[in-house]
Amino acid sequence: MDRIFNAEFALGHMNYWLFVILMMTGLYIVVARGNLLKKIVGLNLFQVAVFMLYISMGKVSGGTAPILIDNPNQLYSNPLPHVLILTAIVVGIATTSLGLALIVRINETYGTIEEDEVLEIDHQMHADEVAKVEKLKPAKLDAS
Amino acid sequence: MEHHLILRVVTKILVGPILLYALYVQFHGDFGPGGGFQAGVIFAVAFILYGLVFSLRQLRELVPDRIVHQLVAIGLLLYAGTGIVTLFLGGNFLDYNVLSDVGYKGQHWGIITIELGVGITVFAVMLSIYYAFAGRPPQLDDKDW
Amino acid sequence: MELTITLLLFFALVTTAVAIALLRNLFAVVMLSGVASLLAALLFIVMDAVDVAFTEAAVGAGISSVLMLSTIALTARHEKIPTRSSLVPLAIVSLTGMVLIYGTLDMPNFGSADAPVQTHVGPEYIQRTPKEIHVPNIVTGVLASYRGYDTLGEVTVVFTAGLGVILLLGGIGRRRRRGKGQS
Repeated sequence: MDRIFNAEFALGHMNYWLFVILMMTGLYIVVARGNLLKKIVGLNLFQVAVFMLYISMGKVSGGTAPILIDNPNQLYSNPLPHVLILTAIVVGIATTSLGLALIVRINETYGTIEEDEVLEIDHQMHADEVAKVEKLKPAKLDAS
Repeated sequence: MEHHLILRVVTKILVGPILLYALYVQFHGDFGPGGGFQAGVIFAVAFILYGLVFSLRQLRELVPDRIVHQLVAIGLLLYAGTGIVTLFLGGNFLDYNVLSDVGYKGQHWGIITIELGVGITVFAVMLSIYYAFAGRPPQLDDKDW
Repeated sequence: MELTITLLLFFALVTTAVAIALLRNLFAVVMLSGVASLLAALLFIVMDAVDVAFTEAAVGAGISSVLMLSTIALTARHEKIPTRSSLVPLAIVSLTGMVLIYGTLDMPNFGSADAPVQTHVGPEYIQRTPKEIHVPNIVTGVLASYRGYDTLGEVTVVFTAGLGVILLLGGIGRRRRRGKGQS
């Protein structure tokens, strides 16, 4: 417990804690908000926080961007997280657009993008279906 | 957007430099920050800007859906094809050393080719996604914004 | 100095995120998510990831905002007032956050050169790229050559996602509508 109150430890870990706060804000939006578009924005925030975590791990103090320069003693940051995250960002936008496309289709079918209303319509449709089957049952029995 | 004269003029001036910048990012990616992913996005942005300010119809006349959809596949095929070529030249899949007598020159050829493939696919996917969204009949009028 | 800038940018980013959570006007939410992307890009530059910052600025602030605005134009402009209580999600989120923070206590300090991440493959890429590939940008070298197979997979994911969007919103609906018009 004393470690947390050590200034060097706290400053060295402040980044990670802020990432966690950002990530949790994103998660909160996804869990608590019913609007589907806002859920996507929340997921994007969550995703950015994960990217930050990766990139901050690759950082070396005193290092520079991993583009080689003539000075042989130059320290570079780790290029590997950069490669992983670079492709992840482009894949992220591609999957985000897939989610947005699904939202557009949901809106065309249900007329709303609020999760609660979509669920309500679903339950209503199910209840109607059950009622229809119930109505048909005696008729079938008579026929047999 | 027909009444926004300034937007239209500025767009006409900007589209060219954006395309040029995208090509710079694409082919200068080995030396500075950049590469196929970024270049593809920037290249698509130029077209999307044109579509937003003028009209989707004009953009679709310029770059028809069919061509964009074909480009989506062509980029990926270019990438995978490079891998197949290296297989036929006796190397491993995507081992560019066999593309030239001097190893690092082969690497340069390989990197430029596959970055071009990445750029084409990303550009075409972004543009076709924009077409798909903008092509739907909107529920809000321009005035509602 | 660097740490101060990082922390400052980070507080701005977290504030933007909280504002996104509180606002109900979707147009403002989308604009703020663009702002968040730009702040994230600045943070990436401070942390030496120039390639990543470039991508984040072009993708997050550019394309992503355009797509979300198109979605708003096709759906709704305002979020409805939530009916459920937000206490349970808040409790879940704070619990998860605390567990994650507990997990970071074992991690090495930010920027330390002897962290496990820095002592294995990372330095090897930095040493081998100038000898074997002869390109100054190590990120490009790793992306296109050493891990070319990974990148092929990523491009395939982008291809598949694009295909999915085209199938969901593109040709089929239009053809059906046209068919209706003819009949």
